[in-house]
Amino acid sequence: MDRIPILRMGEFLLVTIQVDMHDQLALALQDDLSERISRTSARGVLLDISALDIVDSFIGRMISTISGLSKIMDAETVVVGMQPAVAITLVELGLTMPGVLTALDVERGMNLLRERVQTQ
Amino acid sequence: MSELSQRTIDAIRRNEAPLLASWSANLEHSGASRDMRISHAEFDAQTREFLRLVVVGSSTGDAASLASNEWSETRAFLEKLSRSRAQLGFDSQHTASFIFSLKRPLFELLQKEYADNAEALAAQLWAVSELLDALGMHTIRTFQKSREEVIARQQEELLELSTPVVKLWDGVLALPMIGTLDSQRTQVVMESLLQRIVETGSEIAIIDITGVPTVDTLVAQHLLKTVTAIRLMGADAIISGVRPQIAQTIVHLGLDLQGIVTKANLADALALALKRSGYAVGKAG
Repeated sequence: MDRIPILRMGEFLLVTIQVDMHDQLALALQDDLSERISRTSARGVLLDISALDIVDSFIGRMISTISGLSKIMDAETVVVGMQPAVAITLVELGLTMPGVLTALDVERGMNLLRERVQTQ
Repeated sequence: MSELSQRTIDAIRRNEAPLLASWSANLEHSGASRDMRISHAEFDAQTREFLRLVVVGSSTGDAASLASNEWSETRAFLEKLSRSRAQLGFDSQHTASFIFSLKRPLFELLQKEYADNAEALAAQLWAVSELLDALGMHTIRTFQKSREEVIARQQEELLELSTPVVKLWDGVLALPMIGTLDSQRTQVVMESLLQRIVETGSEIAIIDITGVPTVDTLVAQHLLKTVTAIRLMGADAIISGVRPQIAQTIVHLGLDLQGIVTKANLADALALALKRSGYAVGKAG
């Protein structure tokens, strides 16, 4: 089974979703990511979903869950590059993701992560 | 269903000129032609053409079924006629009376023609009446359809006209909303704004609601949705142009706009946006 790669950049982890997400892949990503955060004691996670153009409620919840679980393990999560159609779908599904940090692109997301980690 | 007999058709053909004269007089009487929008020559041409088409149609085809092929030319003529009437701004009654005022001259003609045969007269009267009714209904239907097309086109244009996304500064977009916010418009507005955010990489979007006449719970919900979608994309939204009455309405309705930055006017919103982007504005010298 294919997996989503998790790259390490200093004290941050970089996750780029480049394929169509299905439920099994999402669950595997959650497991892998929590495992990696605990192993590397990362301070932040950057989740790039700019290539994701179809979401359902399950994937939407996965994004929320990833953000929540990394926060518990003391790592900030920033979701970057959400497509307009995805944003509209999530809002229509009622998934407003109150606690999740967002940014327009990877560069801005990285800046936001650094800012958040420094102020802690 | 009764059909026009050959005798009737021949009679119409023979008496074309008096029929047309009497029809024109009738139209004049009903006020259908007494208008500057259509010239007499045009009117005459239309009546002559219509009568010709009716004769052709009823001599080749079944008078009872207008949908058949033989009547296609007549249908096309009527569609053209009622469309042009709709564009000139006539009402439906006017358009229909163009056809219905042919009834009387035709009935008079039939009465003369069938003076010796009451049974045939009744049958032919019925046939003519039915044919003209069907033609009239077709005209009205087309008239309404063309009017609806005009309305639909205008609605579409309004929808596109009223959602311009403007760039106020590098990284600052503004969306001046004009008119009532319904679900369909919110959708269009949201899509165009989000698309522009992606294209320009703007971090701040100002939604100006100065031109929105009223804010009720539904409108507030639409605004909330838009703001949430903008936030999910990673940009910030500011709502500006909250007029005093609207502020009062929002408070009276108990609407929860928490988490949304609101400003009284566009200038304040722009000032805030510039400050957040790290710009300082001051007078030179």
